[in-house]
Amino acid sequence: MQIKLCEQVFNPWQEIEQYQASLTHLAGKYGATGVFVGSMRDFNQGDDVTSMYLEHYPGMTEKQLQQIVEQAQLQWSLLDSLVIHRIGEVNPPDVLVLVAVWSAHRGDAFDASRYIMEQLKSRAPFWKKETLVSGQHRWVEKNTTGYQQESR
Amino acid sequence: MSIKVRYFASLKESVGRGEDECHTTFPMPVQAVWQQLNPELAMPETLLIAVNMNYVKHDAMVEDGDELAFFPPVTGG
Repeated sequence: MQIKLCEQVFNPWQEIEQYQASLTHLAGKYGATGVFVGSMRDFNQGDDVTSMYLEHYPGMTEKQLQQIVEQAQLQWSLLDSLVIHRIGEVNPPDVLVLVAVWSAHRGDAFDASRYIMEQLKSRAPFWKKETLVSGQHRWVEKNTTGYQQESR
Repeated sequence: MSIKVRYFASLKESVGRGEDECHTTFPMPVQAVWQQLNPELAMPETLLIAVNMNYVKHDAMVEDGDELAFFPPVTGG
């Protein structure tokens, strides 16, 4: 398992390739890699957004992400997981978050990556402050509803 | 000895501070810590609370040496 907070622009495909190359002991064991990449939009709630600052709670963020991935590993048969999230100044169309999971079969990969992402959005202590085209700053107050709510 | 209190994001701006210290020799409910430090400001209902970086409910207790954090709903991802 690897969890990283990243202050610079990162290439999610390169990160997946590098991490997967390190999983030599799992070669031939995984039949599924589930990947979610979240990128920054240049619009939100009807306004044009030029940039964003991502505040986080150092220590707690990593701890919560670790717990979320551990919980996913208890619930599904995962062979390995990688989570990377941006912090600090972010500009569209930068990648904000990467979740990748490796499993023997696709069901576990699909379900676990969705679970990790939804839990991250409701539990990991990150906060977005947007800068609009007008120069105005505003805190994003609420994320979209989580996995349980959406699946109902 | 004391409880270290931290505020984040929009809450940090509304209380005007990122950190506080609360001196106590006995366990206290988190609501009492909030009231002591922010007597002019009602504790927002949607507030999330963490003790030692784990989420707790609004009626949780904190004691000497704990790190208590108050913050608005999270918006990562």
